[in-house]
Amino acid sequence: MDGVKSNKRKEVIKMKLKKVAAVLAACVMTFSLAACGSNGDSADSGKVTLAGSTSMEKLCEAMSESFMKENPDITVTAEYTGSGAGIESLSKGSVDIGNASRALSDEEKKDGIVENVVALDGIAVITDKDNTVDNLSSEQLAAIYQGEIKNWKELGGKDESIVVIGREAGSGTRDAFEEILDVADSCKYAQELDSTGGVLAKVASTPGAIGYVSLDVVDDTVNSLKLDGVDATEEQILAGKYLLQRPFVMATKGEVSEQSDAVQKWFEYINSDAGKEVIKSAGLIIPEQEK
Amino acid sequence: MKRKAIIEKTAEVIFIICAAIAILAVCSITFYMIFKGTPALSEIGVSDFLFKTKWAPTASDPSYGITYIILSSLIGTVMAILIGVPIALLTAVFLSELAGKRLGSVVRSAVELLAAIPSVIYGLIGMMVLNPAIYVLEKKIYGGDTDHTFTGGSCMLSAIIVLAIMILPTVISVSTSSLKAVNDSLRSASLALGATKIQTIFKVVIPAAKSGILTGVVLGIGRALGEAMAINMVAGGAVNLPLPFNSVRTLTTQIVSEMGYAQGLHRQVLFTVGLILYIFIMIVNYILLRARKKEALK
Repeated sequence: MDGVKSNKRKEVIKMKLKKVAAVLAACVMTFSLAACGSNGDSADSGKVTLAGSTSMEKLCEAMSESFMKENPDITVTAEYTGSGAGIESLSKGSVDIGNASRALSDEEKKDGIVENVVALDGIAVITDKDNTVDNLSSEQLAAIYQGEIKNWKELGGKDESIVVIGREAGSGTRDAFEEILDVADSCKYAQELDSTGGVLAKVASTPGAIGYVSLDVVDDTVNSLKLDGVDATEEQILAGKYLLQRPFVMATKGEVSEQSDAVQKWFEYINSDAGKEVIKSAGLIIPEQEK
Repeated sequence: MKRKAIIEKTAEVIFIICAAIAILAVCSITFYMIFKGTPALSEIGVSDFLFKTKWAPTASDPSYGITYIILSSLIGTVMAILIGVPIALLTAVFLSELAGKRLGSVVRSAVELLAAIPSVIYGLIGMMVLNPAIYVLEKKIYGGDTDHTFTGGSCMLSAIIVLAIMILPTVISVSTSSLKAVNDSLRSASLALGATKIQTIFKVVIPAAKSGILTGVVLGIGRALGEAMAINMVAGGAVNLPLPFNSVRTLTTQIVSEMGYAQGLHRQVLFTVGLILYIFIMIVNYILLRARKKEALK
């Protein structure tokens, strides 16, 4: 209940912040343009263009906002066209960075495209507190969401109907969940809610409910299920063992070190403490540094 | 003398400007809805949009049928009116004809309070109290049924109950004032001819106040059709045939719940859904205008 309320409030605040940020960004842009024009020195200024996954919109917007505050000379523009389309425009050379919310295929990598994983997205499966089932196989989870398993007793739990709760069409969480479980467009939802807080509140208050939310918002009003015997924790996701996760990739053509100064600065910023803070506040997990 | 004339003139101009703002707002909203709502319509096709039942905007083969959504809105509104209006009418009769001074003022202030409660509060109470109660009922009715998708109480029935309560204050207050406006000579005449009080109310007073009561009902329809927040919280939000224990989505909640992340054609379609809702509301208002004109002619 509080979740819904505070979530709505958060969204209102977020919208306001977005507006303020947009105005600020506009100011910064005009300022930087003016600066460019006046001294003609454009060594420090530049552009970073991104295109790709719609699920990465939240991350990209937040990241470019704080990045441009730090580097007023560099303009970041991002389009959200879908993972495949993003990588395609990258290989065509029309953007600097292609965003993908999945690992790249070998074919995509063939063109010299490098996969830079900037964040990991984890999804937890939750039930109400009184549910005795604590582990599901991924097949069972898919069957529940496709309406093939309808009662918890079929899964060794109490005789209680399953209330299947999910997110609305267009939600990044829903997108990821259905994609990873391979149940896209075949889910039979009993309820489609339009916020993470809403799902959390409904699952907590409905006996027999099951739902999915971003890993970072799970609290003690609900049970978080194990999947194929693996706990939904940050450690298991980093270890690559937990199924419901996906990488957020910002792919570049060639290594990062071969990119323009602006793009290098962008990646530097993402790996800096401030960048990590942005990733965390977007509810994502920071991948382990490979180097 | 001159100064007075200037003041008069400026006041007049200010009034005209204020009136123009309202007209400008209505015209620009209408224009905007048509401008934003029609492109998707030509892309999908009117019949595919209105008469297809499958809503899957993000599927690889997207489908944008809103039949179930329109039906949910219409049936939800009709049912809420069928439940709410009799209660509201009898309350209005009580307030205008039967209530003593003290009891009347208690009921009246309760009704006024009901009107002042924000819809999100109706939604919250519906979600925390009504939904679990309806779920108990759902389990009793469908217990052991393997075909039914259990909704956890977030279903059409919950939405109808919440809507029925929400339209009460509108219908009650409009009906009460129109009942009160009925000339006392009619009542006296009826009573003098030997009719009882109840006979007088149902055979004389209510028919005499008919058009005013109808106005209240039409206003109630408008309120029920346009309500989004409370419905969004209690109706479940999956697109289904509007049966009592199915999770449903109405025209309003359709826009509210998907606008956040919708893109491209999906987003345009949501504007078209808004246009459909707008047309419905326009029809309701037209009926209201007609009813008022009739009343004025009398």
